[in-house]
Amino acid sequence: MTRENEVILEVENLKAYYQMNYFGVSREVRAVDDITVTMRKNEVYGIAGESSSGKTSFIKVLAAAIRPPLRVVQGTVKYNFSNGPIDVAHATPEQIETVRWKHLSYIMQGSMSVLNPVRRIGKTFQDFAQRPLGLKGEAFEERVVNHLARLKLPPDVLRAYPHELSGGMRQRVTIGLATVCHPEFIIADEPTTALDVVVQKEVLQLIRDIQTEMGASVVFVTHDMSVHANVADRVGIIYAGRLVEEGPTRDMFFAPKHPYTAHLVASLPRIGDTQQRPALEGRPPNLADPPQGCRFHPRCPLAVDKCRKEVPPMEVVGPDHRTACWRWKDVEPLVNTTAPAGVMA
Amino acid sequence: MSTLLDVRDVSKRFTMGGLFGRKTIDAVMDANFSLSAENPEIFTIIGESGSGKTTLARMILGLEDPTSGEILFRGEKVDRHAGRAARLKFMSHVQPVFQNPFEAFNPLKQIERYLESTARRFLDTGDKAVIDRAMDEALQKVGLSLKEVRGRFPHEMSGGQLQRCAIARALIPNPPLLIADEPVSMVDASLRMSIVNLLKSLRDDLKVSVIYITHDLATAYYISNRLIIMQRGRIVEMGDARTVLDNPEHPYSRLLKASVLSTDDAGAGKLMTDAGMLDLATDSVGQAGRLVDRADGRSVRVYEGV
Ligand SMILES: Nc1ncnc2c1ncn2[C@@H]1O[C@H](COP(=O)(O)OP(=O)(O)OP(=O)(O)O)[C@@H](O)[C@H]1O
Ligand SMILES: Nc1ncnc2c1ncn2[C@@H]1O[C@H](COP(=O)(O)OP(=O)(O)O)[C@@H](O)[C@H]1O
Ligand code: SF4
Ligand SMILES: [Mg+2]
Ligand SMILES: [Mg+2]
Repeated sequence: MTRENEVILEVENLKAYYQMNYFGVSREVRAVDDITVTMRKNEVYGIAGESSSGKTSFIKVLAAAIRPPLRVVQGTVKYNFSNGPIDVAHATPEQIETVRWKHLSYIMQGSMSVLNPVRRIGKTFQDFAQRPLGLKGEAFEERVVNHLARLKLPPDVLRAYPHELSGGMRQRVTIGLATVCHPEFIIADEPTTALDVVVQKEVLQLIRDIQTEMGASVVFVTHDMSVHANVADRVGIIYAGRLVEEGPTRDMFFAPKHPYTAHLVASLPRIGDTQQRPALEGRPPNLADPPQGCRFHPRCPLAVDKCRKEVPPMEVVGPDHRTACWRWKDVEPLVNTTAPAGVMA
Repeated sequence: MSTLLDVRDVSKRFTMGGLFGRKTIDAVMDANFSLSAENPEIFTIIGESGSGKTTLARMILGLEDPTSGEILFRGEKVDRHAGRAARLKFMSHVQPVFQNPFEAFNPLKQIERYLESTARRFLDTGDKAVIDRAMDEALQKVGLSLKEVRGRFPHEMSGGQLQRCAIARALIPNPPLLIADEPVSMVDASLRMSIVNLLKSLRDDLKVSVIYITHDLATAYYISNRLIIMQRGRIVEMGDARTVLDNPEHPYSRLLKASVLSTDDAGAGKLMTDAGMLDLATDSVGQAGRLVDRADGRSVRVYEGV
């Protein structure tokens, strides 16, 4: 077996719920509901899905960054790091400390949240990276400055406070933070969402370069399918807390086997659109009270009676390709009819 | 024709650092444009990360003083230091929707509190039923309802839900001008369309003008009347949105369009940017140049010797 196929992360039957109590009424939001997935060394795995489908909740568990009211109620999240295996769903905070930044790093959604508003950026780098890197003084600074330069950030940013930087610069700073220790596994939640398209492309290229160079694995979460198209090796689609389809990027775009994926791919607006693309009917389901059977059935154009009653299992439908749909054989890619080829960049 | 908003030769310079020598940043340089009061439009600002879009928006909102130039709203100067009553009146006319919904809401405060205090302030009432109705109406306009939001804290909602709440909050005083700074960057494609369609219907049905700041060229094309493209503090191209985006002229505008990720080669990992194009676009950085008008109505920044 080649190194490429070595498994770095195994998630099994993971359930993570937000469990809350409002005025004596308890509420449970089933944000991650029975996800099983495997990730390999050296790959970029993209996670897509609409807002509030549970993407962030899922990767918070992967990143060992869960806090009440979010709780793991079932399942395991096992990493095979170079310093040994660890199940972060059940590890102690001390055990998690041994892998954070150096082995496992997490770029949170909303770049401000990691950057302390009253600390200069340079200080934040010291707080996070000095210990794992084991460098001090000038050697440390040099390492950081060189790393920032690759992200097209001048050394001055180390002296700046977060509010003095634009949204895009802050985002690059957090990417810098997450990659400066050369971790084995990088988790990024919407890392390029606030960037202009020129910088976005550069940052994606950079993440790919760092990934290839360090042999790291990257889990990349974004709702933006065009980003997945260009960086992911495999893409997994989350709908209402469940993984509904997973496969090699190309197959997901050109031969999706779940009606929801087909919709996601076709709904992407393009320059030149003067009309709206066909939108999905209905609202995202309420995860406190998700639909029975296939969770997509209230919005699914292919739904039949069985879908309303029985949960479709994950089935292998091709090499590396799995889907959870009773009617996957009937799924046709929706064609992009409104995109005049000429105006695409 | 009267103007709703007039941005005249506006510049903003920030001074950064202190102990280790000062550094100035020209965040916005000589911005000029105006919006008409009679024809509400979606006026889009596109540009580099850090090109001054948010700074410009903050000056229009009167949250930041221009270093030079002036901004007039319905003929009156936008003044950060005006009295409380005047500020409140101005704020009920020009409402912001900020870039990052996670920053816009305090994590310890229930979302409805924001809506409630905005309603209380602008409707000038303490009547609970009136306030609830105003909140629910505003939330319905963005596809939510008070019932769904009630009791929830920001961290209990996803980015997209939060952003819809932020827009709902801005809609409470029925403002004629909305300044939406990347209102759709955190939301998925179908929700993105529903929000831009919302902006469109605000313009068409409620006659609200919208300054729409975005990195998304596709939605800019879809909803804007006019747009400006900014690079390092300067407007480099301005004109009818479709004219400019169909055929961008300034090297930076061209680079921008060429950098939009396509799904046509999904899985091929193509991320290279044409080096020549990149060079051309960076050549102009730091040069003042001047805006010249073209026959098709656009203005483009040109440089000596080019
Ligand atoms: N309060 C401040 N103090 C110092 N510099 C600032 C301040 N606010 C903004 N700047 C600087 O002004 C420039 C423009 O920033 P601005 O936030 O307006 O960019 P933007 O176009 O909105 O970028 P983005 O697309 O990343 O949101 C940047 O160089 C930024 O670092
Ligand atoms: N801290 C929290 N407490 C309660 N519910 C939450 C919390 N964070 C998220 N949720 C809910 O969990 C679901 C999944 O949200 P999230 O993981 O943020 O989705 P995504 O990242 O896909 O947009 C949503 O219904 C959201 O409202
Ligand atoms: S299982 Fe049924 S409802 Fe679910 S996606 Fe497939 S066809 Fe649609
Ligand atoms: Mg999220
Ligand atoms: Mg901004």
